[in-house]
Amino acid sequence: MWDYTEEVMDHFLNPKNVGEIENPDGVGEEGSLACGDALKLTFKLGEDGKIADAKFKTFGCASAIASASMMTEMIKGLTIEEAEKVSNKDIAEKLGGLPEQKMHCSVMGAEALAAAIENYRSGKGKQSKKIEGKIVCTCFGVTDREIEKVILENDIDTVEGVTNYCKAGGGCGSCHGEIGKIIERLRGKKVKKPEVKPKPKKITNLQKIQLVQRTINEQVRPLLKSHGGDIDLVDVDGNKVIVAFRGMCSQCRTAEFTLKEVVEAKLKEFVSDDIIVEDEKKNVDESHIHKDIQGVQ
Amino acid sequence: MTVIYMDNNATTKVAPEVLDAMLPFLGELYGNPSSMHTFGGQVERYIKNSREQIARLLGCDSSEIIFTSGGTESDNAAIKGVLSAVPEKRKIITTRVEHPAVLTTCRELEGQGFGLVELGVDKDGQISLDELKEEVDEDTAVVSIMYANNETGVIFPIDKIVEIVKAKGAVFHTDAVQAVGKIPLDLSKSNIDLLSLSGHKLHGPKGVGVLYVKKGTRISPFIIGGHQERNRRAGTENVAGIVALGKAAELAQKEIDQENTKVRKLRDKLEKAVLKTCTGAMLNGDEANRLPNTANISFEYIEGEAILLLLDQLGICASSGSACTSGSLEPSHVLRAMGVPFTAAHGSVRFSLSRYNTEKEVDFVIEKMPGIVNRLRELSPFVKS
Repeated sequence: MWDYTEEVMDHFLNPKNVGEIENPDGVGEEGSLACGDALKLTFKLGEDGKIADAKFKTFGCASAIASASMMTEMIKGLTIEEAEKVSNKDIAEKLGGLPEQKMHCSVMGAEALAAAIENYRSGKGKQSKKIEGKIVCTCFGVTDREIEKVILENDIDTVEGVTNYCKAGGGCGSCHGEIGKIIERLRGKKVKKPEVKPKPKKITNLQKIQLVQRTINEQVRPLLKSHGGDIDLVDVDGNKVIVAFRGMCSQCRTAEFTLKEVVEAKLKEFVSDDIIVEDEKKNVDESHIHKDIQGVQ
Repeated sequence: MTVIYMDNNATTKVAPEVLDAMLPFLGELYGNPSSMHTFGGQVERYIKNSREQIARLLGCDSSEIIFTSGGTESDNAAIKGVLSAVPEKRKIITTRVEHPAVLTTCRELEGQGFGLVELGVDKDGQISLDELKEEVDEDTAVVSIMYANNETGVIFPIDKIVEIVKAKGAVFHTDAVQAVGKIPLDLSKSNIDLLSLSGHKLHGPKGVGVLYVKKGTRISPFIIGGHQERNRRAGTENVAGIVALGKAAELAQKEIDQENTKVRKLRDKLEKAVLKTCTGAMLNGDEANRLPNTANISFEYIEGEAILLLLDQLGICASSGSACTSGSLEPSHVLRAMGVPFTAAHGSVRFSLSRYNTEKEVDFVIEKMPGIVNRLRELSPFVKS
């Protein structure tokens, strides 16, 4: 059971400003049904240029509803410039805090607000969600800009933290490497890496296969597994390692990326520099793949 | 506030008779059943009695009952125990909708180099027997398929499954944690080799369970140490828990007809009314082959945690397969395996009843549900007003 504050429960049970303003000056939408939460914010400016009214609609859990409700309360009476400064941290603080794994709810509030302001500036009431930056997490459609923003605003220094705050990395896990690099770049320090074992100089074929299997088990699989995906070692042929993605990963659009950036990188690090990784899909008939993804269509 | 408890697949109320039966063993009868003195040794016969009570419920011999710490230990002991007893076979078969006690165990073993096949399910939550037939082979050490699913209540055709598995000489294990006490089982007429059950799912206490091992099944002990349970499970017996489980089994046997009459009637009433009165409600799981106490209902465009918290405000206890309730970002692995669309997977609620529920409670939930659903639908951006 989540430990929600009284403020969260109050805004969940008695949400303020529910609805949709007709002919709004700004509209912002974030999230989707697939993600499990979504927020639509509409606001209208008064003659004084301040936000006269703001309304929201939310699909989501208690903290998502409370974050949206609180956000609308916070921005009423503010100028656009003032509202722009409202961050996810401000929303969470006003709510007396949110459980760490629920922080993404406050981020969704801040993002819908930013989107609504952007929409106001680019043309009244028209919806134009423009993707800024490059999409890093394709499972949840999160861009590098959004990831950078949560890292800086919330002093995050782990991939898990990024996932808690904006969901990036919470699906197939293939973007963990990239998120790690963003953290490294912004925070100027190395992201925790598992301890590196020395590579054996010369190994027999059997030792190599065992080492490949162990590396996949210990280094790759936990990463994919924690997000509903999985990987199988299919075969080792000389320097060529053939693998198959399963679960979430089998239908992930960035599986190719995972293959190179995660699996191959790990195997190069722990087994041998000349390892090449290939996806089983290129090597076997279709029926096998179909069986793997059957359950998660 | 009165609690209306409809989360019996998570855990159950300890029956008052069960509590009475176990208390002396937390008090004056604290002896160790392995002791030579009368004070300790006398406890042994209570354990023997419990073993017989459970054997009667399952229709097996009391020597086939091993006491464990619960369902999870029984599942681990069954699967790992077979694999170490039959080292020449390297393949495990299970389903995608197993409880984590089985699924995580199997995936862990896969990581250690065993072959693993996870059978998918159709939209009703049923596996394909043809697919099972194709997968079971001479290399298959163990097949572990649950008797009934904890989230949807879907009952698997265990008799047919056992036949297929035994034809290839593999060991068959079933996690029957949700089935025991809810539907009649008769192991004397079944070829099931291993079966797990858990005390706290049938009005017993937490921390005690059973692994049924059919005579002649090749299995190595999972927890080793002392000679307890005839060297099949070491560790000083959880006497109070074991005595309680025996009593719970005796009660379950006595009350099992109620499950199929009273409990089923209440469940059906609740389910029918909710599906009829709540907008966007749909049933998850094979309607015909289901536990009589479970109703898993999805509500389109609204989110499960929010529903649970609103129910909680009224003292109503239920569960959800929503992502938000678990802290993960993905909804229930069972509903996803069944292909329940995202529009509904995030908004699933499981009501699981017991013989302690009353019609008045069911009526109260029926009365409150439409208001809760409508309240959240009004908040939802996906519902067009």
